Amino acid sequence: MNSAFRALTARELRLAFFFGADTLASLLFFILCAALFPLALGPSPALLHQMGPGILWVCMLLAGFPPLERLFNQDFEDGSLDQLMLYGVGPAGVALSKIITHWMTTGIPLLIAAIPLGLMFGLESREFPVLLGSLALGSASLSLIGGMIAAISLGARRGNILLPLLGLPLSVPILIFGAAASYAAQLGLSPASNLYLLGACFCLCLPLCPLAAGMGLKEACR
Amino acid sequence: MPPPLVELSSISVFRGERLVLKNISTHLEACQALLLTGPNGAGKSTLLRVIAGLCPVSSGTMERPCDVAWLGHLDALKPALTVRENLQFSLKLGQGTLKDCLASLSLTALADRPVRLLSAGQKRRVALARITLSKAPLWLLDEPSVGLDQASLEQLGTIMNTHLAQGGGIIATSHVPLPLGHHHTLKLQAPPVPAGVFL
Repeated sequence: MNSAFRALTARELRLAFFFGADTLASLLFFILCAALFPLALGPSPALLHQMGPGILWVCMLLAGFPPLERLFNQDFEDGSLDQLMLYGVGPAGVALSKIITHWMTTGIPLLIAAIPLGLMFGLESREFPVLLGSLALGSASLSLIGGMIAAISLGARRGNILLPLLGLPLSVPILIFGAAASYAAQLGLSPASNLYLLGACFCLCLPLCPLAAGMGLKEACR
Repeated sequence: MPPPLVELSSISVFRGERLVLKNISTHLEACQALLLTGPNGAGKSTLLRVIAGLCPVSSGTMERPCDVAWLGHLDALKPALTVRENLQFSLKLGQGTLKDCLASLSLTALADRPVRLLSAGQKRRVALARITLSKAPLWLLDEPSVGLDQASLEQLGTIMNTHLAQGGGIIATSHVPLPLGHHHTLKLQAPPVPAGVFL
């Protein structure tokens, strides 16, 4: 079971590496999206510094969605999903391995890109640890929630519209706690309570989302 | 006596509102092959999906204690990857060597070619190669002969008969006769359309 799961995740990573354009598209979307805000809000350094963490959080949330559409869809359309369901890791295992791949190929590159963007908004170095920590925890939860929605909407007509419509509202708690934690350094408060809540969201999503996603995959494959 | 590979007792399956399979019973022992025949829409693929465990039964029971190797009507290959790369994952979990497996289906020369450049029959052979790499004793093949030429069909026959001789089992659907040695046939009837459906 364990070795099958590892082999499956290795396969997903290899495929994601092969189709690297997805990662690149999401990364460019993130950078472009964040770069538009100074154009609209004006060049005031104080304002951008104040807005920075919030902008990064919203852009991160949005940039994670486009690759989700292809997370299960391609395997569903070419018949690979049937094969994966029979590999002996169970539907939830298939979903979890895809979600891990999504986080590694989308979440981590976005985290790295958040550093230069944070500098662009004039964030101070003492703000970065909490910002990046909360973004890392939050992006993992967002991958879990997004993967669940992608699996549930698999095979549905207009699935690509359902994805953000269902996924964004469910992501709201992550956004609130994550952004609040990121502002702690700026406001001179302790980020602990918000980070705890963000961690609690992650702990809730980690077992529940793969299970729900597995049910969705099973339903799509019947 | 070893337990049967598959035991179906009076299963019925609904897909949506439609009764696709009604009261089907059959079983398969090791070294046996079962051919599912019937007109389009008779539920051959659905029965295969039921046996694979992909599709739940609405009534009756399905017992399948062993693993399965699955060949759907789609080839489940990634067009951008080469033949070798497509088979790599099955190789890791399965048995045998890539060299023997490719040779048995005359794919050796195509091993490093991207799958998108292959013909339909060649793709089917790659999908069959994945089946032969699997360790599972029961093969479920949905129209395995689609797109195959005469020579490949004979190779398919050799592969299937070897698997049976080694104690495996095969359940296949087909509209054309498959080059299987001794096998049973289960003929599925298209369920009658209930009156008033088209009103």
